[in-house]
Amino acid sequence: MLESAPREFRGGNSRHTRNLRCAHDAPTEFLVDSYPEEEYFSDLLRVTEGETNEELARLAIHESRTCMEWMRGHGVRFQPSLSGTLHLGRSNLFFLGGGKALLNSYYAAAERLGVRIIYSAEVTSLNISHGVFESATVLMRGQPVEIRAKALVAATGGFESNLDWLKEVWGDAADNFLIRGTPYNKGAVLKILLDNGADPVGDPKECHAVAIDARAPKFDGGIVTRLDCLPLGIVVNREGQRFYDEGEDLWPKRYAIWGRLVAQQPGQIAWSIIDSKALGKFIPSVFPAIRGDTIQELAANLGLSADALACTVERFNRAVRPGKFDHERLDECRTCGLSPEKTHWAQRIDSPPFLGYPLRPGITFTYLGVKVDPQARVLPRDGGSPRNIFAAGEIMAGNILGKGYLAGLGMAIGTVFGRVAGKEAAGLAH
Amino acid sequence: MPTENLSGLAQEGARILTICNACRYCEGYCAVFPALERRANFGAADLDYLANLCHNCAECYYACQYAPPHEFAVNVPKTLAEIRARSYQNYAWPAPLAAVFRRNGLVVSLVLVIALAVWIASTKGATASSAQFYQVVSHRAMVAVFGVVSLFVLAALVVGCVRFWRKTGGGAVNLSAMKEALKDGLRLTYLYGGGQGCTYPQERRSLARWWFHHLTFYGFLLCFGATSVAAIYHYGFGWRAPYGYFSLPVALGTLGGFGLLAGPAGLLWLKQRGDAATRDGEQDGMDVAFIALLFSTSATGLLLLALRETPAMPLLLAVHLATVLALFVTLPYGKFVHAIYRLAALVRYALERSQLKGRKLTGQ
Repeated sequence: MLESAPREFRGGNSRHTRNLRCAHDAPTEFLVDSYPEEEYFSDLLRVTEGETNEELARLAIHESRTCMEWMRGHGVRFQPSLSGTLHLGRSNLFFLGGGKALLNSYYAAAERLGVRIIYSAEVTSLNISHGVFESATVLMRGQPVEIRAKALVAATGGFESNLDWLKEVWGDAADNFLIRGTPYNKGAVLKILLDNGADPVGDPKECHAVAIDARAPKFDGGIVTRLDCLPLGIVVNREGQRFYDEGEDLWPKRYAIWGRLVAQQPGQIAWSIIDSKALGKFIPSVFPAIRGDTIQELAANLGLSADALACTVERFNRAVRPGKFDHERLDECRTCGLSPEKTHWAQRIDSPPFLGYPLRPGITFTYLGVKVDPQARVLPRDGGSPRNIFAAGEIMAGNILGKGYLAGLGMAIGTVFGRVAGKEAAGLAH
Repeated sequence: MPTENLSGLAQEGARILTICNACRYCEGYCAVFPALERRANFGAADLDYLANLCHNCAECYYACQYAPPHEFAVNVPKTLAEIRARSYQNYAWPAPLAAVFRRNGLVVSLVLVIALAVWIASTKGATASSAQFYQVVSHRAMVAVFGVVSLFVLAALVVGCVRFWRKTGGGAVNLSAMKEALKDGLRLTYLYGGGQGCTYPQERRSLARWWFHHLTFYGFLLCFGATSVAAIYHYGFGWRAPYGYFSLPVALGTLGGFGLLAGPAGLLWLKQRGDAATRDGEQDGMDVAFIALLFSTSATGLLLLALRETPAMPLLLAVHLATVLALFVTLPYGKFVHAIYRLAALVRYALERSQLKGRKLTGQ
């Protein structure tokens, strides 16, 4: 097994995950109620707007039922859904300790089985002849080494950490994107496979992006850089202007559109503005809020025009209609006469201290991948028959998730197709 | 907002726990994470409380996606271990004796052992050949020395505990919180890992520490029980030591003595194999001194039992009494205090949890 990252950062973006969406018919030790396959599939259809391969999607969903026992058999432990994620208690199985703990169990299980793992081993080219994989050239300690094998499983992720590739797609705006996960998903194997005739899947210009704290590191900031306070206040751009309805829907259903929204603003930056009433109503962020006792002072501390921000807040406050505030459901607090309106959780921003968080687009993953069949075999573009190249995880997730996102689906696809690909590849090797 | 000036160590603790509070992946491992999630800021008292709640099992270190070499460099077990060691000094009474924590515990203990051995051996210089302990050291002298020391030790531990409790929030203790804390303490719930143990001494999970700690603690308890039964025999019934090999005090002491040999030896062995990344190496002196004193107490006790009919008895008795005395004198200024503060932290945790439940029920 070749891992491009050093041991400490092994396992790609799985290191940052925390749960797996799995279908089940009755309550289990860690999941409440039931989550039937049909409901799972209709949730998938809703977020992808139909951009999914139904056969593969149903396979992933059906097999997700067996994931827990299989995972447990490989040393993975679970916990009840984490605080602040009660809405996932029915559908998503949480790993005790999160994704890195899960990976530690998997790597230990692989080592017990005698799998040799080579870290910091970057694949630079694949020798593919007439669709048949023959060998890989791997950079190990600076030296190219050729490794031959009877089959190849590519579980190498998307290209979100490849800044040059991002710039090709999004231009200079990409300079202001932050990458939430591993710096090692450079898309090298994805590119090689596509160059060697693999059939692409997923929009090459699409990525999953959320608005994260602008002070986050360029790579690998993970979960702690998220900000959940956007619906509790207003979001303004560099000009101090609002640009989208912050209260459109419940936050778990809307957080994933804000990366794109911020990316479309000048300079790819925005600020979430709240007042002291919002404190304690969202999961604390890792970076401290920037404060001000007046809106003008806050604007100065944020580097915004004091007049512009004060004007925006004043217009917003005037437009807020009275209502009973409840941040846990779609409440009746809205504005009237603004463009854009804020349709829920609209409360006057009038209780100092005033707080602001800077926002940048944080890329989670890219959608471009390779097309596979139910045996996880990579399909050639020319319609020829697939041979000994398999794909699992983010590199083929676009077959099922052509658009949008559903919490825990990436891990479900990765686990199910990882098992399928492993089994099929092992069958070829014997 | 915290207005207190935090030390560099406390600032590092607050920085790390702020990251934990935003992540929460480790919530299911132990009490530390639910407890920190109830706090928005981390002041010195919060850090002392959380550090003493931590059992240093290191699960959260191996599971952490932000552990070094990640630039966030989150290392909860090591940082809390350092804060915990500092907290022992902060709450020590009388305060000047806190300096004992900072010195090499082993040296302090050895000096004490030697000094006391010399002192006790010279009190009588007796040459009793059979097991007539009180011809070597008079019963009255033993009771006087150990009585005074015990009262002092008890006072020091109580004052330290009360200080810790007040600083970390005070408040009345109720019976159910006490029961829950005792249950978690006596069972070592947070080293048990639901049956799989914990990632100590290395990443691979094991129950070794749980077993060795149990052997140590319950061995200690049995030895304490042996002494208590002997006191009842002495004062209640006028039966004087030495007691027969199959008498209750000797049976309890022998059983406890073997636990107190195997337990500390095992803990020391594990300690040598520990992952340096998750531990505060500066505490090794204190840890090893306590382990060594526990081990020597039972070793000298068992040796005395085995050789009590020989001419070696007077010397062995002197060494054994000196060891026990050294153990007792240093109790409030060494590793032993972890039991006091951890139990207090577990009580606070149980209290906070029950209050939270109450709040949820009343919908406030």
